[in-house]
This record gives sequence, structure tokens and C-alpha cells, in this order.
Amino acid sequence: MSAPFTLPSKRDEAWRYSDLKALEAAMMLPDAADAPVSEALSLRDGETLALPLAITGGRADVTRSVAVAPDATAVLDERYSGGGWLNPQVSLHIGAGATLAHHIDQSRAGDALTTARYDVEVGPGATYRVHILNAGGQLGRVELDVRIHEGASVELGGVLLASEARTIELVTRFHHIAPDATSRQTVRSVAADKGTVTYLGKIIISEGSQRIDAEQSSKALLLARTATANAKPELEIYANEVKCAHGATVGELDKQALFYMATRGVEPAEAKALLTEAFVADAIEPIADDARREAFAEAATGRLRAMVRGA
Amino acid sequence: MLEIKNLHATVDGKEILKGLSLSIKPGEVHAIMGPNGAGKSTLGYTLAGRDGYEVTEGAVEFLGQDLLALEPHERAAAGLFLGLQYPVEIPGVSNLTFLRTALNAQRKLRGEEEVSSADFLRLVREKAKELGLDPEMLKRPVNVGFSGGEKKRNEMVQMAVLQPRLAILDETDSGLDIDALKVVAQGINALRGPDRAILLITHYQRLLDYVVPDHVHVLAAGRIVKSGDKSLALELEREGYATVAA
Repeated sequence: MSAPFTLPSKRDEAWRYSDLKALEAAMMLPDAADAPVSEALSLRDGETLALPLAITGGRADVTRSVAVAPDATAVLDERYSGGGWLNPQVSLHIGAGATLAHHIDQSRAGDALTTARYDVEVGPGATYRVHILNAGGQLGRVELDVRIHEGASVELGGVLLASEARTIELVTRFHHIAPDATSRQTVRSVAADKGTVTYLGKIIISEGSQRIDAEQSSKALLLARTATANAKPELEIYANEVKCAHGATVGELDKQALFYMATRGVEPAEAKALLTEAFVADAIEPIADDARREAFAEAATGRLRAMVRGA
Repeated sequence: MLEIKNLHATVDGKEILKGLSLSIKPGEVHAIMGPNGAGKSTLGYTLAGRDGYEVTEGAVEFLGQDLLALEPHERAAAGLFLGLQYPVEIPGVSNLTFLRTALNAQRKLRGEEEVSSADFLRLVREKAKELGLDPEMLKRPVNVGFSGGEKKRNEMVQMAVLQPRLAILDETDSGLDIDALKVVAQGINALRGPDRAILLITHYQRLLDYVVPDHVHVLAAGRIVKSGDKSLALELEREGYATVAA
């Protein structure tokens, strides 16, 4: 079973900054010989599921669904690797009162294309914590549609890194469909060379969804004048008793800090590495599990160090 | 140790230093005083190699090397330290990480072994205590949320750990209360020694009560217009720059 992919147009806001040329060319790719099978999985209390997703080439449309049992605490680790075009469509259902810690590592190499789409249902009183490192391939796109039920809580941390001529995108639609819930999104993006980072974050608060606390923070750092950062926060609020905060900034490395570090003997590349690592830390520090947080930081650091050497 | 000959420097195309010459020998403490706009900070930034501070004429030799040919971080490794009037805040980078990275980068460039984490921690805690900076603050991001006095103490801790051959301190005494001023003076005096030299850039005589200079120079309109011993500082305080520098 596979999810069909229709080539979007630039007129579609959610695809406006994307690399449609790369996708158009990829439509011709043959089906991958080693495409992962589509599956439906479930997670019980205390379980950890590691889901690698890789093909060597060609094109693969994959459909997956994962259900977390009510009141369970579980972990989902997804790692994208290999080449070709991966087009996964993932449904997550987090049962009432359950907690899911979800980690997505998209650090695919070279000219790989990724168009991942997640539909997440966060049940009443449930907690969903997702941390995404989106850094690899010619096009790396992660879309998250999250429906948030009563009393639920969602935390998203995103690190988007685009070097060379990569297009790295995170598109979120957080739909608060019931009252007394919270959501917090922290996205830190770094672009070098001719890289493009895009964060499109939409928050919809339905009528009757009172006492919602929704927060969105997006910061982008450009390491070169040829790099691009797009950020678009969008709020649609149909309830009157809500707290909704959003902020988006785009900047460059602090020249004063770079000079200060140099006067103490720190080499320019090392100084830039320290500053960029500090910059993305906001999105990584909330990861609760020590080992995963360190692994996540290390993966981001490795990428960033390569990026600042070229900048 | 430091030989500055006929130094001309521009900032944004405007000439600020106009033929400054100065010679500093090992073991000496020099003070450069001058009115606002004389070029005091420009001298510090130019010697440290800040972007935008362009040398148009003259030469600077530091410990037998052409200082102006070195990158800012290479100047630091060669033994030059610039204490800033306004130390920069670096969110997200702890003092410990910053200082250990700096110390090891300098040592590496000089062909020395890196210091171990344990030795480094011992050293930096000891220096922080000596200079009245709560060692717990070392875990916090560089200068973020530090008071003016704490920032200057932190500069002194960095200097004590890095042990430069020549410390240029740009208005390190500005905005300090008397306790902090004494700590800063203590930090400077601790660095004094036959192999090291100190260049104090200051607006006021106050610091010189605690750090007694061997030589005092008056900087006006981009040049040194008068030099003397410590009594010149007192004369400046009494008579004002306009009279003395005239």
C-alpha cells in the first residue's frame, strides 16, 4: 500500500518555498527495490520503537501507523538515511493520558529527497514531545499536522540546518480542537552557502477551545549572504480565552562576540561553532532523556561544524 | 616587548590615530590617559586586530613579531590580551567552555599540550576565588546577567588564567565601585612580573592609586603628546587635559 503523491504547485502556500523542480524530476524515478513495507504498529507502556527508514535509490511511498495505548509511556525513534526519494506518510495516535517521546533524525546525504508527512492525534490528557533534526538531502521536508484534544500537551523542538544548496523545511499545523491544552514550538534554523531553511507554523484554535496556551518561537541564523531563511507564523483563533505567543527573528552571528572570542585566542571557526551550537541549544535542551539529548546535540554539532568551516 | 612606530589608523575612513609611537619593555606598567575621543579605545582595538580598524601607516612589533600581520586569535596566542571596557555577553556559551576553549586554542597554536579538564577546573576556580568571583558563576553563560563589576572581575579571571605577556586594559576601571576597583587592581598587580608588561588605558587617575605605573602618557588627537612618570597622572587630575596637553 502506498500514499500517492501529487506534485504541488508554488501557488500552494505550504509549498511556496520548496524545491519543486527537484520533486518534478523525481516523479520519474522508478520504485525503490528495497522500499520498506507499510505497517501498523502499536506501543504499550514502557516500550521503545526504533524505526529506521532507508532506501538506496529510486522512489518509495510508505504508509505507517503507530498507536500508543492509553496511559502508556513510550518512545519512538525514527532515523532517515540512504538516498532516493522517501515519501513516508505516518499516522500517530496517542491514547488518552499517554506520553510519547518522538525523535526524528533526518540527516540523509547528498541529493536524497524527503517529503515526510505526519498526522498526529494527541488524545485527551496526553503528552506528545517531538524533537526533529532536519538537516540532510537536497530537499528535506517534514510536515506535522497535530490535532490536540482536551487537556493535552505538545512540545516541539526543531533544528533545521541547510548547507550547500539544500532546501530544509518544517511545516507544522497545530490544531487545538478542545480546551485546556498547551503547545510549545521552538525552532532554530541555520543556513549556509546557498541553503534555504523554511519554517511555516500554523496554529488553529477552534471555537470553544478555551484556556489554550500556545507558544511558537522561531529563530534563524544566516552564515552567508547567499543563504535564505523563510519563517511564517500563522494564527487562526476562534476562541476568546486563549494565550497565544509567537516570535520570529532572522539574524547573523554576533560580530562583537566573534571578536571578543578571538581576543582570547579562540580560532574563528571554533568561535562560530560555539555560537551556532549555543543558538540551536534552545530546541535541543528540552529533550528529557540524557542519552538521546546528547546524541541529538552531537549530530547537530557535527553538521554545524562542517557548515561554519565552509562559511 | 611592544614597539609602536608612527601608527596611523582609520575607522570608517576617518583617521583616529595620527602617528602614535610607544615603546614598552618587559616588566613595565604604562598608563595612557586622555580625553574622550583622543583615540584611546581605537589604540586597543587596533592592536588587538578588530575588523574595521585599518592601519594606514606605521609598524607594531610585539616580542619580535610583526603584530599587524597576525590574526586577532594569533595575537592572543602570541601573548596579547585586551581587556574590554564593555565585556561582551555570549548567551548559551558557559564561561568554563569559553575559557577552556581559549586556553587550549592558545596552547595549541604555541605547540603546547592541552590542559586536562581537571587541571583547568582547579586553576579557574582558584583564580575566581582570588578575584572574588563566585565560582558558581563560571557555569553560567559568558557575562550574561553579570553586573558591571562582575563583568570586570570576569575579565580579570580570564587574564589570570590566560597569563598574557602583555595586557592592554581598556577602561577596565570605568563604572566600578571601590571594592571592585581594588579587585581589578589586585588582578593587574598579580600579573606584574619581569617577563610581562601592562598597558592601562584610562580616563581617570583613580586606578593608578592602586596600580602604580612606571610611565604615564597623554594621548590627544591620535598622538602621544606628553610622557612622564606617575606624577604626570596627578598633574592631569589637578590641571585637566586641556592645560597639560596644550
